[in-house]
Amino acid sequence: MISDLAGMFGDPLMQRALVVACLVGLVAPVIGTYLVQRRLSLLGDGIGHVALTGVALGWLVGNIAELTPHDALAIPGAVLAAVVGAVVIELVRAHGRTSGDVALALLFYGGIAGGVLIMSLAGGTNANLVGYLFGSISTVSTQDLVLTVALSVVVLVVGIGLRAALFAVCHDEEYARAAGLPVRALNITIAVVAALTVTVAMRVVGVLLVSALMIVPVAVAQLVTSSFRRTMLTAMAIGVVVCVSGLTITYWHDASPGATIVVLAIGLYALAAAVRPLVVRARRNGTRDPHPDVADDVVLTSEDAR
Amino acid sequence: MTTDRQPGPAVIEAVGVTVALGGVPIVRGIDLTIGEGEVVALLGANGSGKSTLVRALVGVVPAERGSIRLLGAPLGRTVPWQRIGYVPQRVSAATGVPATACEVVLSGTLHSNHLLPPRGARDSARAALASVGLGADADKAVRTLSGGQQQRVLIARALVRHPDLLLLDEPAAGVDLPSQRTFATALADLAATGTTILVVLHELGALAPLIRRAVVLRHGSIVHDGAPPVPQPEHANPDHVHLHPHDGDRDPAHDEAGVTPTVRWQG
Repeated sequence: MISDLAGMFGDPLMQRALVVACLVGLVAPVIGTYLVQRRLSLLGDGIGHVALTGVALGWLVGNIAELTPHDALAIPGAVLAAVVGAVVIELVRAHGRTSGDVALALLFYGGIAGGVLIMSLAGGTNANLVGYLFGSISTVSTQDLVLTVALSVVVLVVGIGLRAALFAVCHDEEYARAAGLPVRALNITIAVVAALTVTVAMRVVGVLLVSALMIVPVAVAQLVTSSFRRTMLTAMAIGVVVCVSGLTITYWHDASPGATIVVLAIGLYALAAAVRPLVVRARRNGTRDPHPDVADDVVLTSEDAR
Repeated sequence: MTTDRQPGPAVIEAVGVTVALGGVPIVRGIDLTIGEGEVVALLGANGSGKSTLVRALVGVVPAERGSIRLLGAPLGRTVPWQRIGYVPQRVSAATGVPATACEVVLSGTLHSNHLLPPRGARDSARAALASVGLGADADKAVRTLSGGQQQRVLIARALVRHPDLLLLDEPAAGVDLPSQRTFATALADLAATGTTILVVLHELGALAPLIRRAVVLRHGSIVHDGAPPVPQPEHANPDHVHLHPHDGDRDPAHDEAGVTPTVRWQG
């Protein structure tokens, strides 16, 4: 057992994968907390779809320029496409047009279809495609690692450093506007950081499951917390735990790491949702009255009689 | 205008303000000047445009025509936003992710390009919560508080920056009468220190002693500006029991012709 673990940690491929998994688990729930708060849980999905087109365009340009390896531009392409897609989605949302829903749908499906089509034009195989759709953490290169670390640092600095302002905008956009806060700039910041997070997490779980890593840890955390700050911290801890344990499991058992990680996270949600009522009930069984102690306007006749 | 107190320099100057939502003019050509230290009630029936007017004054909805100046600066980046407190009309202060009352109030310490809470902001937030009687609830999740308590959290968020101009949109809606009286006392203290207050109300209620000037809106236009109008007889007693479903306030379709706008609670 110990020699098995030593073997896992000694494997350079696994070392890189573990570092990436740790970072992704830490970073994805940060922006996920803001998305859940403003009820934009599916934004990550949309960005992921668009990022696939960016990946494929990166391949195509890499092929035309005869770069080696030919997928060197895949991740930069994904970053670019995801950022552009996220800003477009945000602008459509901010305009609040009724056609926005349809515009978003077009963007999502166009992203996937365009990605698949361009990928085949660029000479990518189905295996390459599946790697981007469902993650390919076992093929992380040193270059990928450096990019992941850099993007993660940006997401953490912005997502945690600007926490108060991003919270204000997500919590009550109308109030933020009346406080003179730069609402549009902050909204675009959230969209761009979400796009960076998607491209970081894409490597681990793939574009189709990227949103799960951003949202599910937050969904678990908010079952057990009462503050925004603690929700974010708990979600980050959950993210790291499920990413590392999912990856570890698939080191020994041949399964998709991305899918394993997401299933673990959803399992954790089911567990928390099942246990929570029992805990809450146990707490309520004390003498605590759930009603706030506030005087009302009504005089009861029995009180008059007293 | 107030008869016994001369208002100071203009804090709110609105000239010819027209606001349209979805192509429908909700506020039509409003001229309104409020001087420093004034306490003004904005009265009107549901759908008369009072909420929309206040939202336009703080830049939440754009004015189609007209000009607005706050504290001497045209609406925009140059307005000293840290001197302005706004309490939106809201039934619930809770959102998707849990947040404590203190966290919500903390966002009141941010303004303009000041995106980080200043030093000691957490203590100021707790003090603001204490001033609305929620000192013991600072670390509770907002969604576990009652509607009236949530409303007070939003008031604390506006008070935490010690504003010189306070705009409140139906702060008393859905708040029990004892809380309304506490709130009236708090507003009276603020007014005594020279804070300019514009408050959207359905009826004067517990705030009646404080208010010397009332602006009444009907169908998006000002129909009265001066001493508070006399309430309808059945509503004259501030202790009367009323229901206030509070819907459709931004929907012009609810604007019933002929309803006396000043003091009518829906019920």
